[in-house]
Amino acid sequence: MTKRIIVDPITRIEGHLRIEVEVDDKNVIKDAWSSITLWRGFETILKGRDPRDAGLIVQRFCGVCTFAHYEASILACEDAFGIKPPPNARIIRNLIGASQYLYDHVMHFYHLHGLDWVDVVSALSASPAKAVDMAKAYNPNPYNCSATHYKAVQERLTKFVKSGRLGPFANAYWGNPSYKLPPEANLIILSHYLDALSVSKVGAQMMAIFGGKNPHPQSLVVGGVTSVMDALDAERLGQYLYRFKEMQNFIETAYIPDVLLAATYYKDEGLSGVGGGVKNYLAYGGFPLDDDWNNLLFPRGIVKNRNLAKPLKVDEDKITEEATHSWYKGSEPQHPYKGTTEPEYTGYDKDGHVKGNEKYSWCKAPRYDGQPYEVGPLARFVVGYAQGNKAIKGLVDSTLKATGLPATVLFSTLGRTAARALETKLVADNTEGWVNELIANIKKGDTRTWTRCDVPKKPAQGRGMTEPPRGALGHWIKIENGVIANYQAVVPSTWNCSPRDKKGVRGPYEESLIGTKLANINQPLEIIRTIHSFDPCMACAVHIIDPKTKEIKKYKVA
Amino acid sequence: MAKGNNAAYKKMIDKQYQDLMKRCQVHMEQIEKDLPEPKEDLHEILKDRGFSRRDFIKWTSVTTAALMLPPIFRPMVAKAAENFSRLPVVWLHFSECTGCSEAFLRSSYPNVDDILLDTISLEYHETLMAASGYQAEQNLEKAIHDFAGKFICVIEGALPRGLNGKYLTLGPKGKTGIEVAKEVTSKAAAVVCIGSCSAFGNIPAAKPNPTDAVGISKALGIKTVNIAGCPPNAVNFTGTVLHYLMFGSLPPLDSLGRPLWAYEKRIHDYCERRPHYDAGEFVEEWGDAGAKKGWCLYKVGCKGPYTYANCSKVRFNDGISWPVMAGHGCIGCTEPAFWDTMAPLEKPISDKTIGGGEKTVDTIGAVLTGAAAVGIAVHAAASAIRHKGKAQDSGSHNDDRMNTQEGKHD
Repeated sequence: MTKRIIVDPITRIEGHLRIEVEVDDKNVIKDAWSSITLWRGFETILKGRDPRDAGLIVQRFCGVCTFAHYEASILACEDAFGIKPPPNARIIRNLIGASQYLYDHVMHFYHLHGLDWVDVVSALSASPAKAVDMAKAYNPNPYNCSATHYKAVQERLTKFVKSGRLGPFANAYWGNPSYKLPPEANLIILSHYLDALSVSKVGAQMMAIFGGKNPHPQSLVVGGVTSVMDALDAERLGQYLYRFKEMQNFIETAYIPDVLLAATYYKDEGLSGVGGGVKNYLAYGGFPLDDDWNNLLFPRGIVKNRNLAKPLKVDEDKITEEATHSWYKGSEPQHPYKGTTEPEYTGYDKDGHVKGNEKYSWCKAPRYDGQPYEVGPLARFVVGYAQGNKAIKGLVDSTLKATGLPATVLFSTLGRTAARALETKLVADNTEGWVNELIANIKKGDTRTWTRCDVPKKPAQGRGMTEPPRGALGHWIKIENGVIANYQAVVPSTWNCSPRDKKGVRGPYEESLIGTKLANINQPLEIIRTIHSFDPCMACAVHIIDPKTKEIKKYKVA
Repeated sequence: MAKGNNAAYKKMIDKQYQDLMKRCQVHMEQIEKDLPEPKEDLHEILKDRGFSRRDFIKWTSVTTAALMLPPIFRPMVAKAAENFSRLPVVWLHFSECTGCSEAFLRSSYPNVDDILLDTISLEYHETLMAASGYQAEQNLEKAIHDFAGKFICVIEGALPRGLNGKYLTLGPKGKTGIEVAKEVTSKAAAVVCIGSCSAFGNIPAAKPNPTDAVGISKALGIKTVNIAGCPPNAVNFTGTVLHYLMFGSLPPLDSLGRPLWAYEKRIHDYCERRPHYDAGEFVEEWGDAGAKKGWCLYKVGCKGPYTYANCSKVRFNDGISWPVMAGHGCIGCTEPAFWDTMAPLEKPISDKTIGGGEKTVDTIGAVLTGAAAVGIAVHAAASAIRHKGKAQDSGSHNDDRMNTQEGKHD
């Protein structure tokens, strides 16, 4: 006898996501449907506008992945305009991007994902003194670590509990047997949850120094950046570095040790491959280290069917999207330059369940060479590892050695979360170098921050492909008569949240849930833990392009 | 105040302030009876973060002035701050990007506002809450039941009306955004729209508005206070909530529902680059010599002359910067329909009507004329009502102020 469970809303994500699963009589997930429940029609809005305005508009895909779409759009325009930004602009974009990685991954681990691993109520029974010992086993000088501080955290929480107003912690899954951490570990990570609220503000300030504000910075333009005064001001660079050091310290003494601490107690799950998902990994590459994008911090490539021995190159022509199970007309795969979309909403069945073989999401199904691919930190690391990237291989191997775990542990919910922590360190390890690179270039007398350009008069097209925190991001733009004729974005969460395709093959979220056992069928803890490990971002994932007719028809609910 | 010479007038004003103070005292007592104990001890947390009593008093003085209240209200602002964590908040997400939540989470100011935001009692907030699915929905039901008529409903995101509202469905029962919004706002003490999406529709409502999205006020036909911006400065939210805690009503608003204390002033008038505008010194293209010297961004599209907000004064992220400081023009994000009325964003508005070729404004005179003409067109209605509002401000702070909104919300 199977049962259907709907989890809606999935909280602690950006946007509106619904997951429906079918479990057998042993509470093991046999099938899953991931569905996005909001559509805004961004690309329709973009048509007919000045291409130079696209960046600021598409940045509003998402306030969590702020900057990511801004950058991708500007890159797409630069490709279409046939220009390259000067070195200073490339470096400043890297510095803004670095700030995003640092605060965003920290916020994800603690505020969006942490409560899937940490039992808040259990932390109340921890011994603060023992917690200090435990923290020191993972780092010689852990962040904000003392028995008095841990005790104060417990007191603050006790007050919440006594008042009966737990706020964000209310009515969750505390006590669920799927929580594996001892009370002291819960207390350590929870205390960092509170610290991270303040620390991530510092990362946001880093972004504001060269971006003007966070979220939604406003200093990129096609051809370069506008924050030339900040770049030429030594004090500004100092302000950036000062804040960077604070972020780096938190990453080294809280984030990384906390993930290793969690891994100690959740390793069995990782080893048995819970949350593994589809076996294909895609990365477009990001953080250019030279002006031709030949040398990248995050490499570009694919790994198919987990074959680490045979990494492949990305062939952009093999990227398609289709809508067999999405609330749009048509079912044929289309390359992003040629994408068409017309909404065709069919809703859920009378009991509110997805209609099995029909359409069930506002998310389209991206495919590479006809296959679903996972994107994000794990994909970046799998691709980098397979390609023998020194920095990535070094980080992975040393971590595996320290924990005594085999490389296969990576292919899991835990592995995805660990890869995210390790790549945060990788970005932090390189950030100061970019500041120095900027100083060196300016000292040489190069103060250029913009390459002169104008909107092409002839029809032109271009694409921007990059690697923001949530994974491979591509924007495709077509320009005609000096305005946007066509705009398409295939974003990380679209890859990961993809519904089934024409052949009925599940997307990464869906596949990652299959075989997972729920300890308590009324508490979807294991489901949200795995879904959160992808760092879902729904606002990003839902977008459409190019209705052949200019207007979108309003469909009645079928 | 120019009319202050008149003794009778002065007496009247004093009387009005006394009445207002009385009302404030009554309301604060009521709140202490009605709402649960503060969840957090503000002074303990301030001490924890290294704020002295003196810092706190300084902050209350500044905030009292910012809220356009005379100094006698300073102790009331202090009390409202202490009561901040009593106020239950239900935060809803509709057609949005979560940028406003992010702004709120990572806002940092060198003052108490920042800490107030950390102590806020979020009874429901999808980006932060631990519970998902049914349990999340139960939390929402419980909050609106337990605090009916007492909680503040904060809304992030516009409401799509197309497809019978089905462009957005929420919860295990698949309710539309509009259904959820109606249900929750009908029980709320006040509705605060955070960000330009919930205020005016913003990006989902940009032409051709594919989902027929509108702001909350327009979608539901209710009055809302609109903390405009994409995203707004979180400090504009705290001030508004403090005002509510003090008077049980929302602060005086402009014709677009924005609190006057934060949105009364024009970006252009308080811009650090304004002297360059007056001197005719303009950035002509990105990264040029003028850009390196911090000249005026009008010619590369700054919409500061048409935009009302306090960004140039309070800035963002611990006051570290704001777009104009970073060398990019203001895009007018606190104004309704700015993606359409302010586009193209890298060109001055006065160029927009010139078809095809580029035209730059080369004399200050022409700049002033262009700016003034459009400024008047955009703000004529707003200014008229604003002035009317101002005359009343000094006195009543009455609830009817919301009635000055003329539903020009989209």
